[in-house]
Amino acid sequence: MIGADAIVKCLEAEGVTTVFGYPGVAICPFYNSILESDIRTILIRTEQNAAHAASGVSRMTGKPGVCAVTSGPGATNVITGIATAFADSIPLICITGQVNSELLGSDVFQEADITGAVESFVKYSYLVRDANEIPRIMKEAFHIANTGRKGPVLIDVPIDVQNASVSRFRYPEEVSLRTYKPTVKGHVVQIKKVMKELEKAKKPLICAGGGVLLSEAEGELRHFAQTHKIPVVSTMMGIGVMPTEHPQYYGMVGNNGKAYANRAMAECDLLIMVGARVADRAVNQPDLITKDKVLVHIDVDPAEIGKNAGPTIPLVGDAKHIFEDLEKEEFTCHCEEWIEALEGYRRTMEKKRNPNSDYVDPAAFIARLSEKMAEDAVYVADVGQNQIWSCGYVKVRQGKFLTSGGMGTMGYSIPAAMGAKVAAPERQVVAVCGDGSFQMSMMELATMRQHHIPVKIIVLKNNYLGMVRQYQHFTYKDNYSVVDLSGSPDLEKLSAAFDIPFLRLTNMEHCDEVIDAFLKEDASMLLECVIDPMDLV
Amino acid sequence: MQKKVFQLLVNNTAGVLSRITGLFSRRGYNIESITAGVTADPRFTRITIVASGDDEILEQIEKQLAKLEDVRDIRELKPDQSVYRELIMIKVRAAADQRQSIIAVADIFRAKIIDVAPESLMIELTGNQQKIDAFIGLLDGYEILEQARTGIAGLGRGTEHIAFID
Repeated sequence: MIGADAIVKCLEAEGVTTVFGYPGVAICPFYNSILESDIRTILIRTEQNAAHAASGVSRMTGKPGVCAVTSGPGATNVITGIATAFADSIPLICITGQVNSELLGSDVFQEADITGAVESFVKYSYLVRDANEIPRIMKEAFHIANTGRKGPVLIDVPIDVQNASVSRFRYPEEVSLRTYKPTVKGHVVQIKKVMKELEKAKKPLICAGGGVLLSEAEGELRHFAQTHKIPVVSTMMGIGVMPTEHPQYYGMVGNNGKAYANRAMAECDLLIMVGARVADRAVNQPDLITKDKVLVHIDVDPAEIGKNAGPTIPLVGDAKHIFEDLEKEEFTCHCEEWIEALEGYRRTMEKKRNPNSDYVDPAAFIARLSEKMAEDAVYVADVGQNQIWSCGYVKVRQGKFLTSGGMGTMGYSIPAAMGAKVAAPERQVVAVCGDGSFQMSMMELATMRQHHIPVKIIVLKNNYLGMVRQYQHFTYKDNYSVVDLSGSPDLEKLSAAFDIPFLRLTNMEHCDEVIDAFLKEDASMLLECVIDPMDLV
Repeated sequence: MQKKVFQLLVNNTAGVLSRITGLFSRRGYNIESITAGVTADPRFTRITIVASGDDEILEQIEKQLAKLEDVRDIRELKPDQSVYRELIMIKVRAAADQRQSIIAVADIFRAKIIDVAPESLMIELTGNQQKIDAFIGLLDGYEILEQARTGIAGLGRGTEHIAFID
């Protein structure tokens, strides 16, 4: 057995079923060994998307997604994908080929110091020097990626190490990492304090972030909120923690969130912030969530607590464990008046849009589309105006809502949707992007076709980089600079070139029929929705 | 494998230390110790690096370091033309009956006792590496609770120096 075989054996031991990637000489031993395995390999069309696709897998399975690329440009191309995963705490295992160890540091062909380059975007990285270390390193990598605050781990393997013989292969049962022991269980004293404050609270509120989904604590949080009738809002990454139409859910907070959700945040007297970073896009003014209220901040990463807002009660631990513990405590919440007030805000503060009837109204379209999608469908939103509309109007029931929240990486939706579909082929997966973000990933239509990944794609087309155009509209008084997308391909012809059925919706008149036709079969399809270029989120 | 001591004068800017250590890890060079501190002119930091490798590697290290934009000067501190010093602090378990003998060893090395507790002593010693190693060797019979070594700092002998020119 050689090092490359050992890597594959480790992936099998971890239950990995798919590897997304792009070969090159430096990773060829690995791609040769994987031929002997049942692990599915998918040739992505650019390395960045290998990481996005692995992210899609991870977000469906709760286990690290895996990508494998070559040295030099292959490795540097994958960095944006890694950084995207890092910003959203998505566990990934990224294997990069590397030049011969003897030549490291000598600037030979396709050498890049990838462990150095990704330092600020990975949870941890390894440069493997000895093939016998592979089992231990792989075990550690999967452990680090998927415990505590999750994140990407990169393993750089020189080609000679991939080819070196491994004297005896044994995949370790356990890891022993002296310096890495994340706290999972919440402190009992802190939990008691939270209960005491909840007893007193007149206007409690839970703000759920992506961490709730990462710890698979949706069920616990929903149950807790329902039992005690505590209203819930979410960050962008927390969309889907509560079914969006749940009467206790008051929408997404933040700059682009619902006005009534932000009002709830400002007015509550007890805020339970869980699995959220309190970053500027969700909480513009951190002092608003600490002033005149009790802030309980629950996070598995102690460094997040107090980083942007000083909490009254810090509570370090995994959301699932903490809600299980909170559930054991008895208390009664008296917040009927608070809920009545929130209902009033919801009725009166919903943003009024004036859609132009010559075009598709993205808000109404997204609401209608997500209503018609399967109960457990996966909705993958890209970045731009389309993301904000998606966040504002999507209806999620038992399904998932995936997007690049922290990094805001354009082009995320199509590869992430592919990853999601590969990981959960029985589920309906729809990627919704703009014409800008679509063109950042349109090469993946070939991957979908080659590997039979029936992802459905919607392009909200306005011939602009809409989000930037909107910013220039407000900030530079319509002095548009480099936001015009004319020159974009004819999507009908493009779809034909990739053998993907195409639909176009130009106004709301036939919206329902077109959506029905679009969703009917479990097959790839591209739906272009022509929207008003001057529309604002 | 041999060791060389390099003395660097670098811009005192944020991240300069990480640029230098980054070069070592990127190119797979070995760093034995590194010390840094601001100079008489606060615009500059002096760094002393002990690096190891064969002749070619050590030559590359010097050239690659010299190439960094923030490095104003690099020169090798040759043992016969330079003075090296390192500082060590050692906390030794010292029961009442052991204390005098430890102090006697410290005296021979002109080390200072800087903290005394009922069950331990803290000793400070400055010297070249051989002296420090010898001292640690003599403490072998005692229980060392903690030790902190700074790594070496060095300067060339004589009046010759790098002038701070703008």
